Amino acid sequence: MTKNCHNDYKMKFTADEEFPDLSLHNNHMAKALTKEIYDKLRGKSTPSGFTLDDVIQTGVDNPGHPFIMTVGCVAGDEETYEVFKDLLDPVISDRHGGYKPTDKHKTDLNFENLKGGDDLDPNYVLSSRVRTGRSIKGFTLPPHNSRGERRGIEKLSIEALASLEGEFKGKYYPLGGMTDAEQEQLIADHFLFDKPVSPLLTCAGMARDWPDARGIWHNDNKTFLVWVNEEDHLRVISMQKGGNMKEVFRRFCVGLQKIEEIFKKHNHGFMWNEHLGYILTCPSNLGTGLRGGVHVKLPKLSTHAKFEEILTRLRLQKRGTGGVDTASVGGVFDISNADRLGSSEVDQVQLVVDGVKLMVEMEKKLEKGESIDGMIPAQK
Amino acid sequence: MASSFSRILSSKRNVGILSLVGGSVAAGFLLHREHASAGEPLRRRYPASAEYPDLRKHNNCMASNLTPAIYSKLCDKVTPNGYTLDQAIQTGVDNPGHPFIKTVGMVAGDEESYEVFADLLDPVIKERHNGYDARTMKHPTDLDSGKIHSGQFDERYVLSSRVRTGRSIRGLSLPPACTRAERREVERVVVDALAGLKGDLTGRYYSLTQMTDKEQQQLIDDHFLFDKPVSPLLTCAGMARDWPDARGIWHNNEKTFLIWVNEEDHTRVISMEKGGNMKRVFERFCRGLKEVERLIQERGWEFMWNERLGYILTCPSNLGTGLRAGVHVKLPLLSKDPRFSKILENLRLQKRGTGGVDTAAVGGIFDISNLDRLGQSEVQLVQTVVDGVNYLIECEKKLERGQDIKVPPPIKQIK
Repeated sequence: MTKNCHNDYKMKFTADEEFPDLSLHNNHMAKALTKEIYDKLRGKSTPSGFTLDDVIQTGVDNPGHPFIMTVGCVAGDEETYEVFKDLLDPVISDRHGGYKPTDKHKTDLNFENLKGGDDLDPNYVLSSRVRTGRSIKGFTLPPHNSRGERRGIEKLSIEALASLEGEFKGKYYPLGGMTDAEQEQLIADHFLFDKPVSPLLTCAGMARDWPDARGIWHNDNKTFLVWVNEEDHLRVISMQKGGNMKEVFRRFCVGLQKIEEIFKKHNHGFMWNEHLGYILTCPSNLGTGLRGGVHVKLPKLSTHAKFEEILTRLRLQKRGTGGVDTASVGGVFDISNADRLGSSEVDQVQLVVDGVKLMVEMEKKLEKGESIDGMIPAQK
Repeated sequence: MASSFSRILSSKRNVGILSLVGGSVAAGFLLHREHASAGEPLRRRYPASAEYPDLRKHNNCMASNLTPAIYSKLCDKVTPNGYTLDQAIQTGVDNPGHPFIKTVGMVAGDEESYEVFADLLDPVIKERHNGYDARTMKHPTDLDSGKIHSGQFDERYVLSSRVRTGRSIRGLSLPPACTRAERREVERVVVDALAGLKGDLTGRYYSLTQMTDKEQQQLIDDHFLFDKPVSPLLTCAGMARDWPDARGIWHNNEKTFLIWVNEEDHTRVISMEKGGNMKRVFERFCRGLKEVERLIQERGWEFMWNERLGYILTCPSNLGTGLRAGVHVKLPLLSKDPRFSKILENLRLQKRGTGGVDTAAVGGIFDISNLDRLGQSEVQLVQTVVDGVNYLIECEKKLERGQDIKVPPPIKQIK
């Protein structure tokens, strides 16, 4: 067990002296962290040496986001979710619609269970995308990992991805070693990820040693993409222009399962358990870690008084086309599932497929000057 | 509230004395911190060679001096409060290099860092401080402002004068590593002591968490307010954690003596005034510093200092005196002369824009200050600035009269 001398030293001060000032804070961690919980957990550390103060630092340093309630805490390893249960269970419950410590999460990556999804109108749905994250068992997570570990993750990932074939044959581009031409191309393809600038991530230590052991892999068809060592060990993305979400999801499921098999062969499967599903750095991404979405033109519907309510009832969320924290441009929105934990991958993508189909029909009605009142859905 | 701290620091006076007589600081702390899991190596999953940072594109003092051998030797060491080499170098790994100046690329998390990681810090100090050998040399401290001569500048050229330094409170970890409790204790100790200042030094404290909007605006107008660090050099070293908890600004009523609490160092002490009376600025600086020191000693605390490194601060660049004495001075003609940089270099001065480090000069007005920090005393460095700035003003006047100027011979660095 790695000794955390610093935490031992800190224990000489009382919990009261160390308790953070959260009086101006508005995030899930600040809501859940009482002095009692702090006192109970501050002496603990995971086997790799991750401590309570490590978990909460990002939430202490970032009091609140103006538009969305941030989580305010991260995991440093798989064990974080056990060792710091007393804080993380209430955070998870608050973030994931009342999810209980005794609940079980269903994983379903069988793309054949998805109904429809191949007929979203491409005049409205410009592109479709499904992403998730995966953590590799036996390594600590981005807030905590050392350079040696991060390089180990990269090495393993490169090996695994290099063995993919057929539609998944592709190439890895290390962030530190790509040529200018390669960089230009990746930017043009909208694939390149950059060093995190968001203090939500930097305060959690995820940008350390950048760009060491970070990189992007994508298939030759440019429809399947893996980010290595950004906010999670792996971010896996399936995408294409147009509205064929069924095909996007098929490729997503097939590719993910192929990758998982290879990692398992190396004795480093993905972090998963039946209560929390896939274990990721941010508690908001537990469960499926899945965000399935489309870029869709909804200029009329988006200005309708009931737009927000429709989204809520459909269990969907909107973002601008630059992703989280961006504004929509030209009436084009990024619409995706709001849930991550407590429902399966198939369930969540089904909600996107059905919900977007309905919204496009509403848009068409509004174009004709007709009312959509009769179409407002019940709460899903 | 003081209870935990008095338990830990029951022997701090002894530690201080040990240091003053040149005893090893690390040994002192190992003996006196009875709770210390000091020096116990961390258990590492990967060999040092797998953990060694990629510094091929780097240009900072840490990268220039951190060999794989040194990394291997130090990577499992830890200071008594748990600070590690990886933490000390993180800022230099994350920030490969500054386009204009060679940054240091590492910090100290506590006083003991300078001992425990000496194999890296000594060569870094040597490179940064003109060959100063911390193993063999002694740093002179001299805060006798009476020794300064010719310290009144021509105020047609010098708009303002300022002297700053930093001081760390012995027994408490430094900003990269301190816990919230330690940081709050630094604030308490300092604010408590400052309340004892009298006469022209009487003043008050403005906590960053509690100041009113009106107070904040006033501090901004006075150019006193410091903000949360945005420079990645500082944020990557962990100095902005828990902002703005236990941060604040103290200043005297006359607004000529100012102390920052818990920014990049435990304290930054600044004496300043409009005009060219550097002697008076330095006199107040020395008097104020000595008074603050007396007040904290009354309460059982002391500053971090030892005879080989002088005053111990977070950044190795600020060791020794931690002193930057400077002026805002109008040099529109001289600054356009191609010999300007060489003149400054030979006078051991540096130029900055009037916004401070990394800013540009506006209207021919420059911030001119001493380059050196370690190996010469406060008096010596301030005299260097006085002599140098007087020379620059003479050059400017000559150029105004159409006369030629001379590049002065380089002055001796370590005296």
